[in-house]
Amino acid sequence: MVPPELRYTKDHEWVRVEGDTATVGVTAYAAEQLGDVVFVELPDAGRSLEQHATFGVVESVKAVSDLFAPITGEVAEVNAALAGSPELVNSDPYGTGWMIRVRVADAGQVDELLDAAVYEQLISEG
Amino acid sequence: MTVAGSRLQPTLFERSRPGRGGGKIPHPPPDALDRIPAAQRREVPAGLPELNEPEVVRHYVNLSQLNYAIDTGFYPLGSCTMKWNPKLNEWAARLPGFTELHPMAPDAVAQGTLQLLWELEQILCEVSGMRAVTLQPAAGAHGELTGILMIRAYHEGRGDLGRTEVLVPDSAHGTNPATATMAGLRTVSLPAAPDGGVDLDAFRAALGPQTAAIMITNPSTLGMFESRIGELLDLVHGAGALAYMDGANLNAILGRFKPGEAGFDVMHINTHKTFSTPHGGGGPGAGPVGVGEKLLPFLPAPRVLREPDGSFRIEAVGERPSSIGRMRSFVGSTGVLVRAFAYLRTHGDSGLREVTDDAVLAANYLKARLAASGLYDIPFEGPCKHEFIASASSIKKRTGVRTLDIAKRLLDHGFHAPTIYFPLTVDEAMLIEPTETESIETLDAFADALITIAREAESDPDMVTSAPHTAPTKRLDEAGAARNPNLRWRAAATGSWTPCPD
Repeated sequence: MVPPELRYTKDHEWVRVEGDTATVGVTAYAAEQLGDVVFVELPDAGRSLEQHATFGVVESVKAVSDLFAPITGEVAEVNAALAGSPELVNSDPYGTGWMIRVRVADAGQVDELLDAAVYEQLISEG
Repeated sequence: MTVAGSRLQPTLFERSRPGRGGGKIPHPPPDALDRIPAAQRREVPAGLPELNEPEVVRHYVNLSQLNYAIDTGFYPLGSCTMKWNPKLNEWAARLPGFTELHPMAPDAVAQGTLQLLWELEQILCEVSGMRAVTLQPAAGAHGELTGILMIRAYHEGRGDLGRTEVLVPDSAHGTNPATATMAGLRTVSLPAAPDGGVDLDAFRAALGPQTAAIMITNPSTLGMFESRIGELLDLVHGAGALAYMDGANLNAILGRFKPGEAGFDVMHINTHKTFSTPHGGGGPGAGPVGVGEKLLPFLPAPRVLREPDGSFRIEAVGERPSSIGRMRSFVGSTGVLVRAFAYLRTHGDSGLREVTDDAVLAANYLKARLAASGLYDIPFEGPCKHEFIASASSIKKRTGVRTLDIAKRLLDHGFHAPTIYFPLTVDEAMLIEPTETESIETLDAFADALITIAREAESDPDMVTSAPHTAPTKRLDEAGAARNPNLRWRAAATGSWTPCPD
């Protein structure tokens, strides 16, 4: 259920690195915990993100939750589709429900993210 | 059509018929518009509905009967303290001496109201253990902002400009992080220890010369008194920071714990929770804030002052330059404050202690009944304060029935649902707060309903997941409503000019 090729954070974000760009979204586990997502607030492209700082907000029928930047870097692209179709976060969290693409500033930060096995262990502990 | 169903009716605009009901309201004289320049006049009539009096009255009375309210039933909404609002409060607030006082009236003709406000401040000082109170803030979160702005002014006044962080335990009220942000500070979230209290090690690690304050909700939203509160306060003050207490759960500690005496520097009081002023109507509210010695100079202006001759006056503009200034127009939501005063005076000190004792007893009774059923998870064992957490986590694993479904099914049993999915730190959470004003029969009926629903989840899960069945509407599409909100009603046609009766 947890895609093995991605990296993860304890805050339930996933990261897919391609070249010097990292795509970021929330995991299926997070989406299920949130319930139906009704609104996603994302930063503008060009904004600098600092690792662990909030970069956006995801609002579901249950709660409003902060999104935390898994790595430091500049926002290269934002998933504009989420503005009109926030439900993509629930239906396809690892695909069309992606949130932002970040230019990786420090590859070392990516290496320190959780791998799929560790993340799977984390969520199975509840 | 069911009784409830027939009350779901068209809007007044849809029922409007041209010319109906005309002439019942006073019309302006025929020349009323003569001095309004033509360019400023409306070209087409406003699309106002036209109905006769019984249609209007029935419309609103029927709608009001769709409301679930504390006047109609049990309302165990955790973290909200939905206690009974004594009708005596309403009598007091409606006394013409209060209602007919002009807000701009000179002090000399406002002595009664000023005296009541001043005395209310004294009573709230006694209850909270604080040195002084401001009645200005219009709600709890407004009180939080008032408190944090005073804390900021305190640090700035000492030239201590590097304090930019506010520590907030993750069991705090959700408004706390928002308050810190509004005040221009940064929130640092603190994780809970396994027992639900603040994790002292994480707290020590986060505390430093950059810490402006800690905001603690005590008891917490887990319904637990912070057992390490003394150590926490010593550490905060040792680091040069101040301690804010979110008084949202004050109903659990009246006459038993005074935050000011314990060492908190500032707190807010939710009159609509603890002191039975109306709740949930969207306002007006009142969120008085009490302060200790350090923040005294920064209290919002103007304050209500008592002169040596026993008369009362409102502080003059600029009289106390250290004040953070005005947080609200005039002196606060006076009508609400009269209700709180009436509640406090009718209870007295022993009555208030009894309020807390009964609220805590009621919560523990319900908690024990649900725990004994073995059907619900009770994540934090042992005695609670005024509210407690139950969870449908195991029920969901066994049957697929979620907390949301149970909450909806409770409506069929005639109860308002408890708070659900809060606090966020507990899976499938239900936060249940019965308050002191309910009888044991009501508490038992509510426990019985929850137990019945848990059993039904095993035997007939579809009945639970498709609830409610007897409410005026079936399960609403909450996600659809939030994703595609329809916020604006548009008139199908413009209205007509209603002729003035001669």
